[in-house]
Amino acid sequence: MTDPMKHERQSMDIDIVCVGFGPAVGGFLTTLSRAMVDANGQTLLESKTTPGLPLQVVCYERADDIGFGVSGVVTKGRSLRQTFPDLDLSQIPMAHRVEHEKVVYLMDPIGASRRSWLLRIADGCARLAHKILPFVPFIQEHAVELPYIPPFMSKEEGMVLSIGQFNQWVGSQLMGSGTVQIWPGMPVNRALTENGKVVGVRLVDQGTDKSGKPDAGYMPGMDIRAQLTVLGDGPVGPVGRELNDQFGMPDGNHQRDWAVGMKAVVELPEDTPLKPGTVLHTFGYPEPEIFGFLYVYPNRLASLGIFIPTWMDSPVRTSYRYLQYWMMHPYLWRYLKGGTLKSWGAKTLQESGKRGETILAGDGYARIGEGSGSTNVLTGSGVDEAWATGVQLAEGVIELAKAGKPFTKENLDGAYVRRRRASWVEKEGRIAKKSRDGFQTDFLAGLFGMGLTGMTGGLLNFPGTIKRPYERVPSYEQYYRGKISRDELNRIKKEARAANVAVHDALLDASGWPKVPYDGKLLVSHQDALLLGGKVQAAGGYADHVLFLNPRLCEQCETKLCISMCSAQAITHGENDGVPQFDREKCIHCGACFWNCVKPRDGDPEQSNIDFRAGSGGLHSAEN
Amino acid sequence: MSSGFHIVVCGSLVPDPLQTLEPIAGPAGPALKNEMMLPSVLDPWAAHALYEAAHLAKTAAGSKVWLVSLGPKAKLQQLMMTIAQKAPFELVVVDGSASGFTDPFEAAAALASAIEKIPGLDRSRLLVFGGCASASRDASVTMQMIGEQLGIADQFLGVDELTVQPSGAFKVLERIEGGQYQASECAGAPAVLAWATGNLPEPPNNPQVGMANMRGIMPALQKAQPAKVGAEGVTFAKVELPQQKRETRIVKDVPVEEIAKEIITWIKG
Repeated sequence: MTDPMKHERQSMDIDIVCVGFGPAVGGFLTTLSRAMVDANGQTLLESKTTPGLPLQVVCYERADDIGFGVSGVVTKGRSLRQTFPDLDLSQIPMAHRVEHEKVVYLMDPIGASRRSWLLRIADGCARLAHKILPFVPFIQEHAVELPYIPPFMSKEEGMVLSIGQFNQWVGSQLMGSGTVQIWPGMPVNRALTENGKVVGVRLVDQGTDKSGKPDAGYMPGMDIRAQLTVLGDGPVGPVGRELNDQFGMPDGNHQRDWAVGMKAVVELPEDTPLKPGTVLHTFGYPEPEIFGFLYVYPNRLASLGIFIPTWMDSPVRTSYRYLQYWMMHPYLWRYLKGGTLKSWGAKTLQESGKRGETILAGDGYARIGEGSGSTNVLTGSGVDEAWATGVQLAEGVIELAKAGKPFTKENLDGAYVRRRRASWVEKEGRIAKKSRDGFQTDFLAGLFGMGLTGMTGGLLNFPGTIKRPYERVPSYEQYYRGKISRDELNRIKKEARAANVAVHDALLDASGWPKVPYDGKLLVSHQDALLLGGKVQAAGGYADHVLFLNPRLCEQCETKLCISMCSAQAITHGENDGVPQFDREKCIHCGACFWNCVKPRDGDPEQSNIDFRAGSGGLHSAEN
Repeated sequence: MSSGFHIVVCGSLVPDPLQTLEPIAGPAGPALKNEMMLPSVLDPWAAHALYEAAHLAKTAAGSKVWLVSLGPKAKLQQLMMTIAQKAPFELVVVDGSASGFTDPFEAAAALASAIEKIPGLDRSRLLVFGGCASASRDASVTMQMIGEQLGIADQFLGVDELTVQPSGAFKVLERIEGGQYQASECAGAPAVLAWATGNLPEPPNNPQVGMANMRGIMPALQKAQPAKVGAEGVTFAKVELPQQKRETRIVKDVPVEEIAKEIITWIKG
């Protein structure tokens, strides 16, 4: 055991420290770096900590490299094109202009999906219409292609991107500029605060055991003291969430709506008719609340996936198996059959949008991107907005630095928040704020609500009370009433615990979902997807980042949705069905566990009994 | 040894070895599919050499470490973000392919030439470190050829341990056949040491080391000279990587013996 007293915590002074490297910080650093020196390399924005040099700007990223995650996006790319007016998409791997976009309602070809009677009637009508009018091209046996895409949803003239590749492209340009530094593999543990001000960040300790206690090679995380801390650590970033706890949320705001996006990159069959730039949005299947996407990149690659939202009121939120059913839907399978899984991954999305907006600036810190509430939940757009908020902050910082003004709340409100409030991100975010409230009631109300909000520009919205995630999860008994008997349920749960596997597979089997016919290429077991889709990086010497806070609550928990929902099978049954076990070497850092825990945290009903802290590593997708 | 060593580590990136790699016929000879998109890591063998070099430099006062990397400079730039926090070094970049299809002689020539051009390098204190093989090509001859071209006769291959005496002489443990070690004594630099795994763990990321390294990394990348290390004139009759076989399926009501038999048949093909 190492004596921690022997290891003094080191400290470093810089001007600006950024937490997390995603689109928001990409936008921030790109804009800032262009203003730091002139064409001759002369300093334009001088450092206060190192006089004579340009601003000292460092970004720390948790993953072992930038752009490791698998994430496909379709975006109008307005802010990206503003930053890069001559953007040549052919220079970015897996990027293409949107050429052809469709929104498709998928019916249930199996009969296992949980559909309301109203939805069943609608499905019946569509099938009847197909029989009577087989020549109508947009109505097919199991799917309806919407003949019209509302303008608020359309992404035409936009672009499809791999965020992993895009981040690498942005990162390489930033590194090439030599003005800012990006350090992956370096998680930030927490913000440093003094008298209500953020004065920098503390990096995670290295050389610890699982519980965080000093072990061989112990090195206390360095304190990075900075005049401005920029938080762009995304929806599950522990530093941003810690500041939410410390400084609170603006009145009436909360982050209760989440979704996990499970995604894959697939090489399409050689004879695929899908052209690069094709965009398919789906809804309705495998469960009505599950939305899906398929974006076609050059070289027969496609990014595809599904979203499992908090408002899918189910204790069986198994993203992986649902992803397979979604792929096997006849409408999609005709394109995917014969394809090969190239990579796989998952990510949590903050779906509260404007309602989840945090305090945007305080003394010594500013927040940008998805974690700050910039995502537009009506248009389903987040990257463009995140990038824009990064640009807005950079413009504010440049203004303040040129004027020699400190990064106080007042100055940041004037220079950054004012810009954000005056922008299209704010205007469109306000329209979208209540657009998904209908989903709190049910799926059809949600669709109607989105349409209503979108078509009236936010003047009319379908009402809904936003519940906390754990308030939405029924027990297995409630959910399967009439479908699986109580005895059968008990047997399934018992067997799952004995075999130490998640209960969802047996439940889906028992409720009418067929076995997935593995083909070894695209339809593979969950563990094979983990192996084929990438590699989990979990270097030793770091503490576990998933913590079960109150063991008693876990012992009382019957549902243990954390096990079923875990995207990587990293959470398994604990001893005597008590506190679940966490295996960091499998964790892909999707963050689904903390918002899927069904037990409220002691003393804080807005949070759950699972804490998701700063952790090292995560999934390194093979082709992202 | 009062003045320390000048340690030059030869190491570059390789496609992350756990990926499924697909060889293709590229415009300039054999290549890997989507090579510039594949996640890359520092060659694990060279990484051990770098960590050993950093450790030696720390213990032998006055020592200095250079990292000479032959690879596509855009990919090397990204790699530096992850390794520059590990150990202090000065980077020398040779811009060329690192696909594993390069000819080891040409690679050695390019590296030796880059080493010769390092300003202020003292050959009498020179230790050339590298991996005993690369994870991409596994030719296992590049370090010897670098030594030959630099005129260094003392070469140690498959090194796991280096113990330096105060005089500057050192003892080396080299892996040999049969799980044995060969212990050698060398009077001192210059020497070539091609490392196996060594004994050191990966160092923790140190932000200050990263900040210090980065000052020289961008200029080094900008100064990178292109190297001709392709496979020009060489025809690969066939390029094939071991095929990954994956036929995971779930069976029930099948006796264990049957499953075992089936797996054996499957392995035998």
